Amino acid sequence: MGIDHGGALPWPGGVHAALRRARVRHVAYVPDAGQAELIALCAGDGAMGMVPLTTEEEGVALLAGTWLGGERGVLLMQSSGVGNCVNMFSLARACRFPLLMLVTMRGQWGEQNPWQVPMGQAVAGILRLSGALVFEVERSDAVAETVDAAAAMAFSGAAMAAVLISQRIVGAKAFPQ
Amino acid sequence: MTPVATTPGAAYPLRRRAVVARLLGARGDLLVVSGLGAPTWDVSAAGDSPLNFPLWGAMGGAAMVGLGLSLAQPARRVLVLTGDGEMLMGLGALATIALKRPANLAIVVLDNERYGETGMQATHTAGAADLAAVAAGAGFPVALDVFDQDALDAALPRIRGEAGPVFVNIKVRVEDLPIVAPPRDGAYLKDRFRAALLGAAAAG
Repeated sequence: MGIDHGGALPWPGGVHAALRRARVRHVAYVPDAGQAELIALCAGDGAMGMVPLTTEEEGVALLAGTWLGGERGVLLMQSSGVGNCVNMFSLARACRFPLLMLVTMRGQWGEQNPWQVPMGQAVAGILRLSGALVFEVERSDAVAETVDAAAAMAFSGAAMAAVLISQRIVGAKAFPQ
Repeated sequence: MTPVATTPGAAYPLRRRAVVARLLGARGDLLVVSGLGAPTWDVSAAGDSPLNFPLWGAMGGAAMVGLGLSLAQPARRVLVLTGDGEMLMGLGALATIALKRPANLAIVVLDNERYGETGMQATHTAGAADLAAVAAGAGFPVALDVFDQDALDAALPRIRGEAGPVFVNIKVRVEDLPIVAPPRDGAYLKDRFRAALLGAAAAG
Protein backbone atom coordinates (compact mmCIF):
# COMPACT_ATOMS: atom_id res chain seq x y z
CA MET A 1 0.00 0.00 0.00
CA GLY A 2 3.00 2.31 0.21
CA ILE A 3 2.29 3.15 3.84
CA ASP A 4 5.39 2.96 6.00
CA HIS A 5 4.52 2.64 9.65
CA GLY A 6 8.22 2.75 10.41
CA GLY A 7 8.03 -0.11 12.84
CA ALA A 8 6.04 2.10 15.18
CA LEU A 9 3.99 0.77 18.05
CA PRO A 10 0.41 -0.03 17.07
CA TRP A 11 -1.12 3.28 18.17
CA PRO A 12 -4.55 2.58 16.61
CA GLY A 13 -5.39 -0.01 19.28
CA GLY A 14 -4.47 2.41 22.03
CA VAL A 15 -6.55 5.17 20.49
CA HIS A 16 -9.53 2.89 20.07
CA ALA A 17 -9.26 2.01 23.76
CA ALA A 18 -9.04 5.71 24.61
CA LEU A 19 -12.20 6.41 22.62
CA ARG A 20 -13.94 3.63 24.51
CA ARG A 21 -12.80 5.14 27.81
CA ALA A 22 -14.21 8.48 26.65
CA ARG A 23 -17.57 6.79 25.96
CA VAL A 24 -17.51 7.77 22.30
CA ARG A 25 -20.59 6.32 20.55
CA HIS A 26 -20.40 7.92 17.12
CA VAL A 27 -17.39 7.88 14.81
CA ALA A 28 -17.68 10.30 11.89
CA TYR A 29 -14.99 10.17 9.26
CA VAL A 30 -13.74 10.81 5.80
CA PRO A 31 -11.26 7.97 5.32
CA ASP A 32 -7.54 8.56 5.54
CA ALA A 33 -4.99 5.81 4.91
CA GLY A 34 -3.29 6.82 8.16
CA GLN A 35 -6.46 6.04 10.12
CA ALA A 36 -7.55 2.94 8.22
CA GLU A 37 -6.69 0.60 11.10
CA LEU A 38 -8.39 2.80 13.68
CA ILE A 39 -11.51 3.05 11.50
CA ALA A 40 -11.59 -0.74 11.20
CA LEU A 41 -11.24 -1.17 14.97
CA CYS A 42 -14.09 1.26 15.63
CA ALA A 43 -16.26 -0.36 12.96
CA GLY A 44 -15.78 -3.69 14.71
CA ASP A 45 -16.84 -2.23 18.06
CA GLY A 46 -20.53 -2.82 18.64
CA ALA A 47 -20.71 0.20 20.96
CA MET A 48 -19.68 2.60 18.20
CA GLY A 49 -21.76 3.70 15.23
CA MET A 50 -19.87 4.66 12.08
CA VAL A 51 -20.88 7.68 10.03
CA PRO A 52 -18.97 7.98 6.75
CA LEU A 53 -19.13 11.57 5.50
CA THR A 54 -18.96 13.09 2.04
CA THR A 55 -17.03 16.06 3.42
CA GLU A 56 -15.58 16.76 6.84
CA GLU A 57 -17.75 19.71 7.84
CA GLU A 58 -20.70 17.33 7.90
CA GLY A 59 -19.02 15.76 10.91
CA VAL A 60 -18.90 19.02 12.85
CA ALA A 61 -22.67 19.40 12.43
CA LEU A 62 -23.34 15.71 13.06
CA LEU A 63 -21.52 15.74 16.39
CA ALA A 64 -23.44 18.85 17.47
CA GLY A 65 -26.57 16.79 16.88
CA THR A 66 -25.36 13.73 18.75
CA TRP A 67 -24.42 15.92 21.72
CA LEU A 68 -27.86 17.53 21.67
CA GLY A 69 -29.18 13.98 21.86
CA GLY A 70 -26.95 13.11 24.80
CA GLU A 71 -24.20 11.08 23.13
CA ARG A 72 -20.53 11.62 22.39
CA GLY A 73 -18.67 11.31 19.14
CA VAL A 74 -15.36 11.86 17.42
CA LEU A 75 -14.41 13.23 14.01
CA LEU A 76 -11.58 11.46 12.19
CA MET A 77 -10.00 13.21 9.23
CA GLN A 78 -6.88 13.94 7.28
CA SER A 79 -5.30 17.37 7.63
CA SER A 80 -6.77 18.53 4.32
CA GLY A 81 -10.23 18.02 5.81
CA VAL A 82 -9.67 20.68 8.44
CA GLY A 83 -9.87 23.30 5.73
CA ASN A 84 -13.28 22.01 4.71
CA CYS A 85 -14.59 22.52 8.25
CA VAL A 86 -13.75 26.14 8.91
CA ASN A 87 -17.13 27.87 8.75
CA MET A 88 -18.87 24.93 10.40
CA PHE A 89 -16.49 25.27 13.36
CA SER A 90 -18.55 28.37 14.23
CA LEU A 91 -21.34 25.99 15.26
CA ALA A 92 -19.12 24.32 17.85
CA ARG A 93 -17.64 27.61 18.97
CA ALA A 94 -20.82 29.68 19.21
CA CYS A 95 -22.75 26.95 21.02
CA ARG A 96 -19.79 25.53 22.97
CA PHE A 97 -20.33 22.03 21.68
CA PRO A 98 -17.65 19.51 22.61
CA LEU A 99 -15.81 18.58 19.42
CA LEU A 100 -13.11 15.91 19.58
CA MET A 101 -11.09 15.62 16.37
CA LEU A 102 -8.30 13.23 15.43
CA VAL A 103 -6.34 14.55 12.48
CA THR A 104 -3.72 12.52 10.67
CA MET A 105 -1.18 14.84 9.13
CA ARG A 106 -0.09 15.09 5.56
CA GLY A 107 2.12 17.69 3.96
CA GLN A 108 4.29 17.69 7.01
CA TRP A 109 7.06 15.06 7.04
CA GLY A 110 8.35 13.41 3.89
CA GLU A 111 5.26 14.29 1.87
CA GLN A 112 5.72 13.50 -1.82
CA ASN A 113 2.53 15.19 -3.02
CA PRO A 114 3.08 18.95 -2.99
CA TRP A 115 -0.66 19.61 -3.18
CA GLN A 116 -0.96 18.32 0.40
CA VAL A 117 1.62 20.73 1.77
CA PRO A 118 -0.34 24.02 1.97
CA MET A 119 -3.03 22.60 4.26
CA GLY A 120 -0.60 20.43 6.16
CA GLN A 121 1.40 23.50 7.08
CA ALA A 122 -1.66 25.61 7.89
CA VAL A 123 -3.80 23.19 9.84
CA ALA A 124 -2.58 23.86 13.39
CA GLY A 125 -2.93 27.60 12.87
CA ILE A 126 -6.37 27.27 11.34
CA LEU A 127 -7.54 25.15 14.25
CA ARG A 128 -6.21 27.64 16.80
CA LEU A 129 -7.78 30.59 14.98
CA SER A 130 -11.04 28.65 14.96
CA GLY A 131 -10.92 28.27 18.73
CA ALA A 132 -9.70 24.69 19.09
CA LEU A 133 -7.28 23.30 21.62
CA VAL A 134 -4.46 21.74 19.60
CA PHE A 135 -2.50 18.69 20.73
CA GLU A 136 0.38 17.85 18.39
CA VAL A 137 1.77 14.33 18.76
CA GLU A 138 5.10 13.29 17.32
CA ARG A 139 5.56 9.84 18.93
CA SER A 140 3.37 6.82 18.43
CA ASP A 141 3.53 5.84 22.10
CA ALA A 142 2.02 9.21 23.06
CA VAL A 143 -1.03 9.17 20.81
CA ALA A 144 -3.43 7.30 23.09
CA GLU A 145 -2.63 9.33 26.20
CA THR A 146 -3.05 12.49 24.17
CA VAL A 147 -6.48 11.35 23.02
CA ASP A 148 -7.36 10.75 26.68
CA ALA A 149 -6.30 14.30 27.53
CA ALA A 150 -8.04 15.89 24.57
CA ALA A 151 -11.25 13.95 25.19
CA ALA A 152 -11.30 15.01 28.84
CA MET A 153 -10.94 18.67 27.90
CA ALA A 154 -13.48 18.42 25.09
CA PHE A 155 -16.24 16.60 26.91
CA SER A 156 -15.73 18.01 30.39
CA GLY A 157 -14.92 21.52 29.23
CA ALA A 158 -17.26 21.96 26.26
CA ALA A 159 -14.25 22.58 24.06
CA MET A 160 -13.07 21.93 20.54
CA ALA A 161 -10.00 19.72 20.83
CA ALA A 162 -7.88 18.44 17.97
CA VAL A 163 -5.17 15.79 18.19
CA LEU A 164 -2.76 16.15 15.27
CA ILE A 165 -1.05 12.84 14.62
CA SER A 166 2.25 13.54 12.91
CA GLN A 167 3.15 12.21 9.50
CA ARG A 168 6.25 10.85 11.27
CA ILE A 169 3.89 8.40 12.96
CA VAL A 170 1.52 7.53 10.13
CA GLY A 171 4.18 7.52 7.43
CA ALA A 172 4.33 9.24 4.06
CA LYS A 173 2.57 7.72 1.09
CA ALA A 174 5.03 6.59 -1.57
CA PHE A 175 4.52 7.81 -5.13
CA PRO A 176 6.34 6.73 -8.28
CA GLN A 177 9.53 8.74 -8.53
CA MET B 1 -29.36 45.80 -8.51
CA THR B 2 -29.33 42.07 -8.74
CA PRO B 3 -32.22 41.02 -10.91
CA VAL B 4 -34.81 38.90 -9.15
CA ALA B 5 -35.66 35.75 -11.05
CA THR B 6 -39.08 35.65 -12.62
CA THR B 7 -39.69 31.92 -12.17
CA PRO B 8 -42.93 30.84 -10.47
CA GLY B 9 -41.71 31.41 -6.89
CA ALA B 10 -43.87 34.48 -6.47
CA ALA B 11 -46.99 32.53 -7.46
CA TYR B 12 -46.78 29.36 -5.35
CA PRO B 13 -49.93 29.14 -3.24
CA LEU B 14 -48.45 27.87 0.02
CA ARG B 15 -47.24 30.44 2.52
CA ARG B 16 -44.32 29.46 4.72
CA ARG B 17 -45.56 30.61 8.13
CA ALA B 18 -48.85 28.76 7.71
CA VAL B 19 -47.00 25.66 6.49
CA VAL B 20 -44.70 25.66 9.52
CA ALA B 21 -47.55 26.32 11.93
CA ARG B 22 -49.26 23.27 10.44
CA LEU B 23 -46.15 21.09 10.61
CA LEU B 24 -45.55 22.01 14.24
CA GLY B 25 -49.16 21.96 15.41
CA ALA B 26 -49.78 19.44 18.21
CA ARG B 27 -46.10 18.58 17.95
CA GLY B 28 -45.99 16.36 21.01
CA ASP B 29 -42.41 15.38 21.76
CA LEU B 30 -41.10 16.24 18.29
CA LEU B 31 -37.47 17.46 18.19
CA VAL B 32 -36.92 20.31 15.73
CA VAL B 33 -33.78 21.68 14.09
CA SER B 34 -34.17 24.75 11.88
CA GLY B 35 -31.80 26.08 9.26
CA LEU B 36 -30.54 29.62 9.38
CA GLY B 37 -32.58 32.51 8.11
CA ALA B 38 -36.25 32.34 7.33
CA PRO B 39 -36.90 28.77 8.57
CA THR B 40 -35.54 29.74 11.99
CA TRP B 41 -37.85 32.79 12.03
CA ASP B 42 -40.77 30.62 10.84
CA VAL B 43 -40.22 28.05 13.59
CA SER B 44 -40.03 30.83 16.19
CA ALA B 45 -43.21 32.39 14.83
CA ALA B 46 -44.94 29.08 15.48
CA GLY B 47 -43.85 29.29 19.13
CA ASP B 48 -40.54 29.10 20.95
CA SER B 49 -39.75 25.72 22.52
CA PRO B 50 -36.74 24.30 24.34
CA LEU B 51 -37.00 21.33 21.98
CA ASN B 52 -36.21 23.59 19.03
CA PHE B 53 -32.60 23.98 18.03
CA PRO B 54 -32.71 27.02 15.75
CA LEU B 55 -29.52 27.67 13.81
CA TRP B 56 -28.35 31.27 13.37
CA GLY B 57 -25.40 30.23 11.23
CA ALA B 58 -23.59 27.03 10.21
CA MET B 59 -25.09 27.22 6.74
CA GLY B 60 -25.31 23.78 5.17
CA GLY B 61 -25.31 22.04 8.55
CA ALA B 62 -28.98 21.74 9.52
CA ALA B 63 -29.62 18.32 7.98
CA MET B 64 -26.49 16.89 9.59
CA VAL B 65 -27.40 18.26 13.03
CA GLY B 66 -30.69 16.47 12.51
CA LEU B 67 -28.92 13.25 11.57
CA GLY B 68 -26.79 13.35 14.70
CA LEU B 69 -29.83 13.99 16.86
CA SER B 70 -31.79 11.19 15.20
CA LEU B 71 -28.94 8.71 15.73
CA ALA B 72 -28.58 9.64 19.39
CA GLN B 73 -32.36 9.62 19.99
CA PRO B 74 -33.72 6.81 17.82
CA ALA B 75 -37.00 6.64 19.73
CA ARG B 76 -37.85 10.31 19.07
CA ARG B 77 -39.08 11.88 15.85
CA VAL B 78 -36.65 14.49 14.53
CA LEU B 79 -37.74 17.19 12.06
CA VAL B 80 -35.30 19.41 10.21
CA LEU B 81 -36.90 22.51 8.71
CA THR B 82 -34.62 24.39 6.39
CA GLY B 83 -34.48 26.47 3.24
CA ASP B 84 -33.44 25.76 -0.30
CA GLY B 85 -30.27 27.84 -0.09
CA GLU B 86 -29.20 26.18 3.14
CA MET B 87 -29.90 22.70 1.77
CA LEU B 88 -28.04 23.44 -1.45
CA MET B 89 -24.91 24.27 0.56
CA GLY B 90 -24.83 20.78 2.06
CA LEU B 91 -26.17 18.44 -0.60
CA GLY B 92 -23.64 15.77 0.33
CA ALA B 93 -25.46 15.43 3.64
CA LEU B 94 -28.36 13.84 1.77
CA ALA B 95 -26.09 11.00 0.67
CA THR B 96 -24.75 10.60 4.20
CA ILE B 97 -28.25 10.54 5.71
CA ALA B 98 -29.55 8.07 3.14
CA LEU B 99 -26.58 5.81 3.87
CA LYS B 100 -27.37 5.80 7.59
CA ARG B 101 -31.11 5.51 6.93
CA PRO B 102 -32.47 6.84 10.24
CA ALA B 103 -36.15 5.86 10.33
CA ASN B 104 -37.01 8.72 12.72
CA LEU B 105 -35.69 11.65 10.66
CA ALA B 106 -37.63 13.95 8.32
CA ILE B 107 -36.02 16.75 6.32
CA VAL B 108 -38.43 19.43 5.10
CA VAL B 109 -37.21 22.16 2.78
CA LEU B 110 -39.23 25.37 2.51
CA ASP B 111 -38.28 26.13 -1.07
CA ASN B 112 -39.02 29.67 -2.19
CA GLU B 113 -36.23 29.53 -4.78
CA ARG B 114 -34.58 32.51 -3.13
CA TYR B 115 -31.80 33.54 -0.74
CA GLY B 116 -34.18 35.36 1.56
CA GLU B 117 -31.68 36.95 3.96
CA THR B 118 -29.49 38.54 1.34
CA GLY B 119 -31.89 40.22 -1.03
CA MET B 120 -34.07 37.51 -2.53
CA GLN B 121 -31.54 36.46 -5.13
CA ALA B 122 -32.47 33.34 -7.06
CA THR B 123 -31.14 30.01 -5.79
CA HIS B 124 -30.42 27.06 -8.04
CA THR B 125 -33.92 25.70 -7.44
CA ALA B 126 -35.23 28.71 -9.39
CA GLY B 127 -33.28 27.30 -12.27
CA ALA B 128 -32.81 23.60 -12.87
CA ALA B 129 -32.22 22.02 -9.45
CA ASP B 130 -34.87 19.65 -8.06
CA LEU B 131 -34.10 18.90 -4.42
CA ALA B 132 -36.54 16.00 -4.02
CA ALA B 133 -34.93 14.35 -7.04
CA VAL B 134 -31.51 14.89 -5.48
CA ALA B 135 -32.73 13.28 -2.25
CA ALA B 136 -34.20 10.36 -4.15
CA GLY B 137 -30.99 9.97 -6.09
CA ALA B 138 -28.99 10.09 -2.86
CA GLY B 139 -31.02 7.13 -1.64
CA PHE B 140 -33.87 8.55 0.46
CA PRO B 141 -36.65 5.95 0.54
CA VAL B 142 -39.25 8.74 0.69
CA ALA B 143 -38.76 11.95 -1.33
CA LEU B 144 -41.77 14.12 -2.10
CA ASP B 145 -42.65 17.43 -3.71
CA VAL B 146 -45.44 19.55 -2.27
CA PHE B 147 -46.94 22.36 -4.31
CA ASP B 148 -50.37 22.93 -2.76
CA GLN B 149 -52.51 22.47 0.32
CA ASP B 150 -53.84 19.04 -0.64
CA ALA B 151 -50.33 17.71 -1.09
CA LEU B 152 -49.30 19.29 2.22
CA ASP B 153 -52.20 17.63 3.99
CA ALA B 154 -51.19 14.29 2.49
CA ALA B 155 -47.52 14.79 3.37
CA LEU B 156 -48.07 15.80 6.99
CA PRO B 157 -48.58 12.31 8.48
CA ARG B 158 -45.63 11.05 6.46
CA ILE B 159 -43.42 13.84 7.81
CA ARG B 160 -44.52 13.13 11.35
CA GLY B 161 -44.56 9.36 11.31
CA GLU B 162 -43.45 7.44 8.24
CA ALA B 163 -40.35 5.28 8.53
CA GLY B 164 -37.68 7.41 6.92
CA PRO B 165 -35.56 9.12 6.31
CA VAL B 166 -38.27 11.26 4.73
CA PHE B 167 -37.47 14.21 2.46
CA VAL B 168 -40.16 16.71 1.53
CA ASN B 169 -39.58 19.75 -0.64
CA ILE B 170 -42.37 22.30 -0.19
CA LYS B 171 -42.61 25.08 -2.75
CA VAL B 172 -43.60 28.27 -0.93
CA ARG B 173 -44.41 31.76 -2.06
CA VAL B 174 -41.74 34.44 -2.05
CA GLU B 175 -42.53 36.67 0.92
CA ASP B 176 -40.54 39.20 2.87
CA LEU B 177 -41.78 38.60 6.40
CA PRO B 178 -40.77 40.18 9.71
CA ILE B 179 -38.06 38.39 11.64
CA VAL B 180 -39.35 36.48 14.65
CA ALA B 181 -36.16 35.70 16.50
CA PRO B 182 -35.50 32.90 18.97
CA PRO B 183 -32.82 33.36 21.63
CA ARG B 184 -29.53 33.86 19.82
CA ASP B 185 -26.98 32.61 22.33
CA GLY B 186 -25.98 29.21 21.01
CA ALA B 187 -24.75 27.84 24.32
CA TYR B 188 -28.08 28.73 25.91
CA LEU B 189 -30.02 27.10 23.07
CA LYS B 190 -27.91 23.96 23.40
CA ASP B 191 -28.17 23.78 27.18
CA ARG B 192 -31.91 24.34 27.33
CA PHE B 193 -32.46 21.73 24.61
CA ARG B 194 -30.41 19.15 26.51
CA ALA B 195 -32.10 20.01 29.79
CA ALA B 196 -35.54 19.58 28.24
CA LEU B 197 -34.61 16.35 26.49
CA LEU B 198 -32.22 14.73 28.94
CA GLY B 199 -32.93 16.37 32.29
CA ALA B 200 -31.45 19.29 34.17
CA ALA B 201 -28.17 17.50 34.90
CA ALA B 202 -27.32 17.50 31.19
CA ALA B 203 -27.53 21.27 30.85
CA GLY B 204 -23.92 22.10 31.72
